[in-house]
Formats: sequence, structure tokens, C-alpha cells
Amino acid sequence: MTDSKNLLSVQDLKVYFRAKDQVARAVDGVSFDIRPGETVCLVGESGCGKTVSALTILRLIPSPPGEIMGGRVLFNGVDLLDLDETDMQKIRGNHIAMVFQEPLTSLNPVFTIGDQIGEGITIHEQVEPEELRKRCVQLLRDVGIPSPEQRLKDYPHQLSGGQRQRVMIAMALACNPDLIIADEPTTALDVTVQAQILNLIKSIQQKASMSVLYITHDLGVVANIADRVNVMYAGVIVEMGDAYQIFQNPRHPYTKGLLAALPGRSRRGRRLHSIPGAVPNPAFKPPGCPFHPRCSFAIETCKTRFPEMCKHGDGHLSRCPVLKD
Amino acid sequence: MTNHKLPITNQNITLRVEGLKKYFPVRRGFFQRTAGWIKAVDGIDLDIEPGKTLALVGESGCGKSTVAKVILRLIEPDEGKLIYKGNDIVNLSHKKMKHLRKEMQIVFQDPFGSLNPRMTVGQTIEEGLRGMDLSKRERRDRRDELLEMVGISAISSDRYPHEFSGGQRQRVGVARALSVSPSLIICDEPVSALDVSIQAQIINLLKDLQDRLGLSYLFISHDLNVVGYLSDKVAVMYLGHIMEYANTEELFETPLHPYTLALLSAVPVAEPDKRLELKSLSGDVPSPLDPPPGCKFQGRCPQVEERCREEEIGFARVSEDHLVRCWKVGGR
Repeated sequence: MTDSKNLLSVQDLKVYFRAKDQVARAVDGVSFDIRPGETVCLVGESGCGKTVSALTILRLIPSPPGEIMGGRVLFNGVDLLDLDETDMQKIRGNHIAMVFQEPLTSLNPVFTIGDQIGEGITIHEQVEPEELRKRCVQLLRDVGIPSPEQRLKDYPHQLSGGQRQRVMIAMALACNPDLIIADEPTTALDVTVQAQILNLIKSIQQKASMSVLYITHDLGVVANIADRVNVMYAGVIVEMGDAYQIFQNPRHPYTKGLLAALPGRSRRGRRLHSIPGAVPNPAFKPPGCPFHPRCSFAIETCKTRFPEMCKHGDGHLSRCPVLKD
Repeated sequence: MTNHKLPITNQNITLRVEGLKKYFPVRRGFFQRTAGWIKAVDGIDLDIEPGKTLALVGESGCGKSTVAKVILRLIEPDEGKLIYKGNDIVNLSHKKMKHLRKEMQIVFQDPFGSLNPRMTVGQTIEEGLRGMDLSKRERRDRRDELLEMVGISAISSDRYPHEFSGGQRQRVGVARALSVSPSLIICDEPVSALDVSIQAQIINLLKDLQDRLGLSYLFISHDLNVVGYLSDKVAVMYLGHIMEYANTEELFETPLHPYTLALLSAVPVAEPDKRLELKSLSGDVPSPLDPPPGCKFQGRCPQVEERCREEEIGFARVSEDHLVRCWKVGGR
């Protein structure tokens, strides 16, 4: 797994949350890589640990109750989990930036857009006020906000949802990071605005050759932007591969089930495939394969043995020994 | 040519909505003077046929949930008719409306906010049954029957909503709606808060119940994938107006209104081969506060021309069941 070509390499990451006498194993041994200039998707249903994985990369997990129980997060060869808070500050925003789901709650309502975009730059660099203003205007222009000079003085509530998300992206771009982590950035938006934001992310990425870690539950979005896909279930990655491998030749029963459950006009008149049951509570995960109670392929060993990754092709791995071939 | 009325396909219609309007005043200042009007629903017509699903699609703020609430008279319409099985219900007294509510029920979007946390799911379902002349025994039997119908074991009727997952709660919401044996159910984004694997369960459930009980659905959604799968007819709404109305097949095959086109081409498809540049409209949905005269879509329309800004447009009828509100359509 260790590969010098990787920008980011997450290795066997474990993050647990403690509450009273329970331990929720939110992320339970996650490994994936991101190469420079690549868009990698983490996809899964709510509660599968995708957001926790992302927050851990930036060390934003509140502790307590969260606790990183093991693993490594290698960024350009440096383990971020070993860094102290001062060194971590130099990484955040400067090398790895984050775009959150809810632009209204993640922007500060009492500061102007200009203040908030500029803040990131002044933390990492020494810049003159006039230079700072110019850079903020240029950033807003890059993300497609009309008349950016006036917009700098606006407060978040004066912008529409799509524009707020554009501002969030401008903030993330402010210090030319190597990696942007986008956590469901379009989930709260309408489809026409979602299409705008997805196109924006794609075009920025091509221009600046950044890497993007894109977190979503929407398989349509994944098919549209991902180079490589990691499918998560109950705190583990159950399948990884490039977008074509995942969508055209899914190997894990969960990925197969998710794709078959998508409604669409082509499926009219036929019953939708549905995965029985619900996602397990992270504090009471079943032993063996976490998916076995909902899996139609499960055999006796699935109930007791945690499955290893099986290789299906170049970079295509799935955690299911039953559907190995 | 500019005919506002919907096709009268048959007289046997569950609910006909005619020229429905709902404006909300915007009050400002110390004296709370009315400074303007939000034209949430601005003259819409809909026909819901028995045993069929009519989808009402549109982006947030287009007024689709207001339509749902006005149809149930949870808020009163300003203008228009609601003809339920041949009778106008807009002016019915509250007492008479109460009887009619058994016929029309709603399933809400948020399965967390729409169930009373202090009532067991059994109590929630039984509440609707109290108005009916049933003995305690009969009521319980009916409650258990309803729970089983939506796929929840009757043993669970003593449990509280927080003990259920999102999908199960939505099942309870459906059972609650079914408790009074309605003929029309308004589904207001019933699956948008749910995960994909759970969403499919609820969609299948709604479909099964429709086949079994002959229910009519008004299915309100912004998700065109769900609509394309589930509905028989689709009405596309934008800023309080219906822009296009057609059979589902026809709407998806030959969309004619520029807004429908934009909406359809913005939906990401789960096939990496179709990874074309998503066509996106510029701008956001404008505020429904004092919209400009003329076509409501003019501000974002790629094909806008002079007369779109000047004149209000009516529907052009393209085929028997296909109406479009655009100058470019129908050779006008």
C-alpha cells in the first residue's frame, strides 16, 4: 500500500467514540490512497464513517469522545497523526482544505465574505491589505461569483445557497492547497445548482491539478466526478476501484445492492431491488462481515470471520470472499 | 391556443385543482405593513386520477409543499377550486372538512419530526381510528393489521419513535396515513431524507399499497430519478406556476420547456459512460417575492426573447396529455 506516488495515504485508520459504557467503532480499519490530481470518492450511507474518516485526516475529531485508536495518515510521507497542534495548523487550509455540507452553518454569520476568505490567507502568509483584497476578488471570480468587488462586503445571509457554497470553495482554494476534502458539498442544493458546483469543482481541479477527496452518498454524483471510488459500510471499505470497475462490474454484494436499488425511468414497472434491514448501530456491529445480516450471498463463515480484501483486477478490490470469482 | 385548462380525460377524477392561488404577505416595519406578496402558488391546475400517481416536481421554493398544504386545507387557498370527487371542498366548514380528511392523508418528508415522540407508534396509528365507530378490540386489530401491512411487526406497537430507524419511522408515517382508509395520499418528499437502500424499500412499499388499495398519490419530489420510476404523470413547477405537464414517458423522452430540459440534464446518472459535462442553468431559483411580469423562467432561460418579458403565457397543447407554457412551443 505504501507508494511514494501517493499524495495522501490513509492506512488502517481506526476511530472510536466512547459514550458511557459503549464504544462506537465509527471507523474500523480504513485504508485508501489519493494520488496527485485525482478525484477519489468515499461513498456510503449515513453513519458509515465517511465523514469521520475525513475529519480525522484533518485531525478535527473532538476528543473526548472521539479517539484515534490506530493507523496512519501519511501526507507527502509525513504522518499527520504524529504532528503537534502547531504543525497541524500549518497543514490545515494551506495544504489540505475542507468544504463542508452546510454552507450556512459553516460560514460565520457576523463576518463578511471578504473577511472570511482573507482569514485563511493571513494565517498562512504575510500579505499587504491591498494585495489581500485583490486575491479575494480573484478567488471569488474564479468560483464564478458575479461582481466580486461588491460581494466581498456581503454577509453570508445575503447570498443564495449556491453562492454560499461557491464562497466555501473559494475559501478552500485560498492558499492553493494540494488536497481539497469536500464533504457532501452539494447535498443541500437543488439539482441545477448542484450541476453548477460539480462543474466548478471539475474545472478548478483540472486547472490547478489538485486532488479532491469527495464524500457523498449520491451514486449519480460519484459516477460523474470520480476517478476512483471507495465504498464504505459500517466503518470499513468494502470495495474500491476506478469508477468503471465499481459501476460496471461491482463485486461486493453491498455495492451491487446499492446500484440495483437506484430508482430511474429505465426501471419502471419492475420492482426495485432493496437491501433488507438497516445499517447497524456502530456500537453493536455484528461479528464477522458487518454486512452479513443483510446479505443474500452470506454463508456460514461470513458470520464469524472478518473478510479480507480480494483482488479482482488492477486496483479493484472487494471485501467479499464469497463473490471472489 | 392559450388554453389554461387541463385535458379532461375522464370525468372520474379523484381530485381536480383549478386555478389555485396562495399568496403570502411580506410584512415590514413597525406597523407590519404589507410590503409585498410572495406568490407561492400562482394559479395552478392539476388532475389526480384514481389509482394513479401524479408527480409534482420542482426545486426548493417553487411552491410544491404549499400546494400540498392547500389541498388538505391546512392553509386556506386565496383563490381557486379543489374538486374532490365532484364536490368543491374549498368552502366546506371545518366540521364537514373533518369527515373529508379521512379521504385525504399526507406522508411527510421528515420521519423524525412528523411523529409525536411521546406517543408509541401504536397510539399514533390508533389516534386516527378514534373517530371511527370501532370497539377497543377492533381498533387494536386494525392497528396491528396496518403495522403488518407496512412491514413492521405488530409486537412493536408499544415502542416509541426513537426506537426505530429512519426507514421504519417512514413506514409508521405511511401506516398512520393509511389508518383512516384514504383514497388520496399526498406524499411530500417521502424518501428524500432516506438512504438509497432504505429509499428503495419505501418506494416499493408505496407502489405495493397503491396496487393493493387503489390509492391515488400526489407525489411531491425534487428527485427526478424517483419520479421517473414511480409516477404516471408529471407536473413541473417553477415559481408558483406549472411549466410543463405530461405523461412520464413523454416528459422524459420529449421534454419541451427549457426549464424541464435543464432540470433533466442536470440530474447526474449513475453511469460513468454518461459523464458528459452536466448542463447547468446559470443562477439560482429567484425569490418568489414580486416576480417579474411575463414568463417566470425568463431570468434563467437560455432561449429568452423579448416577448417572454412582456406577456404572460398560457399553455400550448402539444398532444392530448402534454401541455407546455412556453412561446417557443406549439408554433405561437
